[in-house]
Amino acid sequence: MGAPDLLAFAGAVAAGDIEVVDLTHTLSPDFPTIVMPPELGQCAPFRMEEVSRYDERGSAWYWNNISMGEHTGTHFDAPVHWISGKDLANNSVDTIPAANFIAPAAVIDISRQSAANADYELTVADVTAWEKQHGRIPPRSWVLLRTDWSKKIGRDYVNMREDGQHTPGPCPEVVRFLVEERDLHGLGTETIGTDAGQAFHFNPPYPAHYYMHGKGRYGLQCLANLDLLPPTGAVIVAAPLKIRRGSGSPLRVLALVPRSHA
Amino acid sequence: MRQPYDGIVIAAPVTIPYRRYSTNTAHWWVGRAVREVVQRAGLRSSDIDGLSLSSFTVGPDTAIGLTQHLGLSPRWLDHVPLGGASGVVALRRAARAVQCGDAEFVVCVAGDTNQVDSFRRMLSTFSRFAQDAVYPYGSGGPNSGFALITRNYMKHYGATREDFGKICVAQRDNALKFPHALMKKPLTLDEYLGARAISDPIHLFDCVMPCAGAEAFLVCREDVAKGQGIPAARLLATIERHNAFPDDPIQYRGGWAMDLPEFYAMAGVTADDVDFVQTYDDYPVICMMQMEDLGFCAKGEGPDFVRSHTLTADGSFPHNTSGGQLSVGQAGAAGGFLGLVEAVRQVTGESLGAAVPDAKIGLVSGFGMITYDRGLASGAALLAGGGA
Amino acid sequence: MTRPLQRPKRKDPLKKTRVPLLPQGVRSRTALGLTAAAAEGRFRLQVCADCAAVIYPPRDACPRCLSARLPFRDVDNRGTLLAETTIRTSTDVYFRERMPWRIGTVQLDAGPSIVAHLHGDLREGERTRLQLKIDKSGQAIAMALPAEDTPNMADDPQWRELTCDPKFRRVLITDGRTAVGQALAEAVSEAGASVIFVGVADPWKPFPGEGRLRKIERVEIVALDLTDTISVNECAGEFAPRVDILINTAEYVRTGGLIDRKGLTVAREELEMRYFGLTRLAQAFGPVLRARGADGVNSAAAFVNLLSVYALVNWPAYGAFSATEAACLSAAQSLRAELRQGGVKVLNAFFGPLETEWYQAVPPPKVAPSALARAVVRALQQGLEDVFVGDIAEDIRARLAVDPKALERELGS
Repeated sequence: MGAPDLLAFAGAVAAGDIEVVDLTHTLSPDFPTIVMPPELGQCAPFRMEEVSRYDERGSAWYWNNISMGEHTGTHFDAPVHWISGKDLANNSVDTIPAANFIAPAAVIDISRQSAANADYELTVADVTAWEKQHGRIPPRSWVLLRTDWSKKIGRDYVNMREDGQHTPGPCPEVVRFLVEERDLHGLGTETIGTDAGQAFHFNPPYPAHYYMHGKGRYGLQCLANLDLLPPTGAVIVAAPLKIRRGSGSPLRVLALVPRSHA
Repeated sequence: MRQPYDGIVIAAPVTIPYRRYSTNTAHWWVGRAVREVVQRAGLRSSDIDGLSLSSFTVGPDTAIGLTQHLGLSPRWLDHVPLGGASGVVALRRAARAVQCGDAEFVVCVAGDTNQVDSFRRMLSTFSRFAQDAVYPYGSGGPNSGFALITRNYMKHYGATREDFGKICVAQRDNALKFPHALMKKPLTLDEYLGARAISDPIHLFDCVMPCAGAEAFLVCREDVAKGQGIPAARLLATIERHNAFPDDPIQYRGGWAMDLPEFYAMAGVTADDVDFVQTYDDYPVICMMQMEDLGFCAKGEGPDFVRSHTLTADGSFPHNTSGGQLSVGQAGAAGGFLGLVEAVRQVTGESLGAAVPDAKIGLVSGFGMITYDRGLASGAALLAGGGA
Repeated sequence: MTRPLQRPKRKDPLKKTRVPLLPQGVRSRTALGLTAAAAEGRFRLQVCADCAAVIYPPRDACPRCLSARLPFRDVDNRGTLLAETTIRTSTDVYFRERMPWRIGTVQLDAGPSIVAHLHGDLREGERTRLQLKIDKSGQAIAMALPAEDTPNMADDPQWRELTCDPKFRRVLITDGRTAVGQALAEAVSEAGASVIFVGVADPWKPFPGEGRLRKIERVEIVALDLTDTISVNECAGEFAPRVDILINTAEYVRTGGLIDRKGLTVAREELEMRYFGLTRLAQAFGPVLRARGADGVNSAAAFVNLLSVYALVNWPAYGAFSATEAACLSAAQSLRAELRQGGVKVLNAFFGPLETEWYQAVPPPKVAPSALARAVVRALQQGLEDVFVGDIAEDIRARLAVDPKALERELGS
């Protein structure tokens, strides 16, 4: 077998035979961040300070200083993010092998269930049902949970009530199943958190974080446009910033989707 | 007993014609006045060995700066920043200097310029009390301060606007004959009463008009004046008092009232002997107060006194015979010299305008420096003719 | 009797906005003692420590006994109006456009005569109460009021020139998520503010009291996040020309000193919310406030800072918090000087622990948010510059005045 023809790949992208779907929300100050009890440390929201704008602070140029938490906006979770992954090798964004930033995706659509029940939990049965239709999830695949949650804005998106956030996510069993039985590459969600809004009350709490990162797998959160992806066949390019010992980072997430022309 | 001013005279009364606004400096006005004194006295400027200066606008200079500016080398120098009391105070100091031989020819000069904005700028920085406790209160300047004094006086003593109007109208009558008066048009009582309010009860014709000008005179020994062949006035008595009656809650009398007996005693005359009076007339209420405090009537009788006299130069109580500041204009510190210079002219028969018939003894009064709520400085002098 | 103020009409867009002019603000150093008294709404004059003479205008030597010991002391403010005048022409540009202006000579029962501004309901010969107020230049002036309150008294034009009354003014409360912010919205609404913009950050996060806040008359919720420059600029872009009184209710209260707080995350949030929040508000709203200081009945009037009294001296139990509050106090002093050019006042309200969750473990006395709100509104109505609300604030201030070092030790033990 000869070397893959990357020029042909680039040509297909240029011709639209491979569509590039942007799965990223715009980084903006008003995009919600994860909410912790106020006495705990908080994730900093995105902030932007103008350094100059063709003015006395810099006559011919416009630029900004930006600041944010590692887990702000559409972002990547590295294994070191969770206590269960703290001692793994290559567990931070700067040491993760670069090849891991490109992987295929299986998109599981639970948007209907989530619309009916904000606390909907993805189950093993949902996965096996999906596999019946689309085939077994290949090893080292991203599993992307399509909930259409990214279409919601503001309060509906965060969906905070007095007993906490109510957003869909995986149940503990399905995470274990995906990691142990399907060699999951990582889990991607449209919500704030790879876990369900109420996952603090699960056993273990935050099972997606706990099991996935404990096994060196990754997370993608606050994704958009999952409804534009096919159940299978898309390839995800998701390379976080190379932050020394970083636990994650905002990033641009791209999906490469082959298009058949009618 | 105070030592009399025997042998001391005042000569060469000089008025440099006033102008409403001037682009010249105070130095220019002062220089012109000194030059005219020297010329009228038949002296050279090197003869001047004493200089007394009064000016608000000569800054940053003071009297010492003026010596170099004018090329004088005096052995006696004074600066009298006392506004309306400057003339009397400058005179009595100069008289003693000459009497004691510290100087032979003392020129007393007051001059101020008036540029378009200089009055406003002077008001806010006039005194620390004005800055702290007057100017921030409506910035009405002396008008509002004297309005309060006038209002209080009217309430207590029954003075009316007609009474004040009579003072102003009579002075205008006098001024019409005085060539240097800025006010050239007759003033009727109706016009006075109908004028616009400035700071009630002060109306337009109660106020002096700030202007530029200078006044000066020479103080020397009687025999020296005689030698120069110039007419001169004798100095019979003076008084000076500052911050009198500080506990009066609002001013209704001035410092003259403290020193009056001594004043006439020193001169050996009484108020009845006085042929004319030049009061300090920044506002007519102050004229009325001086008529009382200088002994022409009792306290509170000012309104009746005014009603019973014509106040014109040819009348029963000749008053402010050149027209006073109210009609001639107020040339800053020169306003404190105006009455004195006019009095010298009257008793020496050199009147430029309305001459008081047979004027032998004249009284000149000064008043000035309202730094907070009242005029602080007061002074008076009695002059007599026939000095040379 | 004072004519009740009429609700100002909407501004004629063809009319030029008056440039804010100031009365003369230069005072001798000694006279600043009056300004200090006026800032807190006290009536204080110099009283000779040797002969007890009450002195005015301020001096550096007693005119009765020449003593140099002339401290400012609370003095009976009653007196009689001896004479009044209505000034109709002035050489000063500020007063020229406010003519006619009444002043008068008041003889105080305590002794001296004081030339004072006059309230419209006071007449010559009547008894009066004198107050020291801060004028647009930021300096003290005396104002004579009727001996008893009169109807619509606060609407007198010469009085209103000295106060920051919320009546018919438009108010921005920067943070409506806090109990204090909500209490203030209620208080300024009751005080007759014509509209109350209430800023809410992170609108996606529900907050207690929200329902009640929305029901307060004339409240309009606006998006405003003090930790976000863009948000503050956008809010100012939309609303700044309609904000006459800005009340910064942002709070960030956390315990701990420097060592016990791990890292800077909390300190940064604290500074973002408080110090940088204040800075953002100053930069975004300050220029417009400053330009509108003489814009009619609803001119820009005040910028209000709510400050912990521990801005004045550090309370180590809330040590890092105190430091941030101190930074805000210092910034407020700068802001005061900057806004003074436009005749806009900076009111600092100091208070001790509040009856809120962040002071849960602190024993009473504590200040109820509603009490703080009422005190702020009163201070605006009086045109004050500094107000101390509650027993703790008063206590800290008094102890600080006596011995700052002793207080430092007491708070740290």
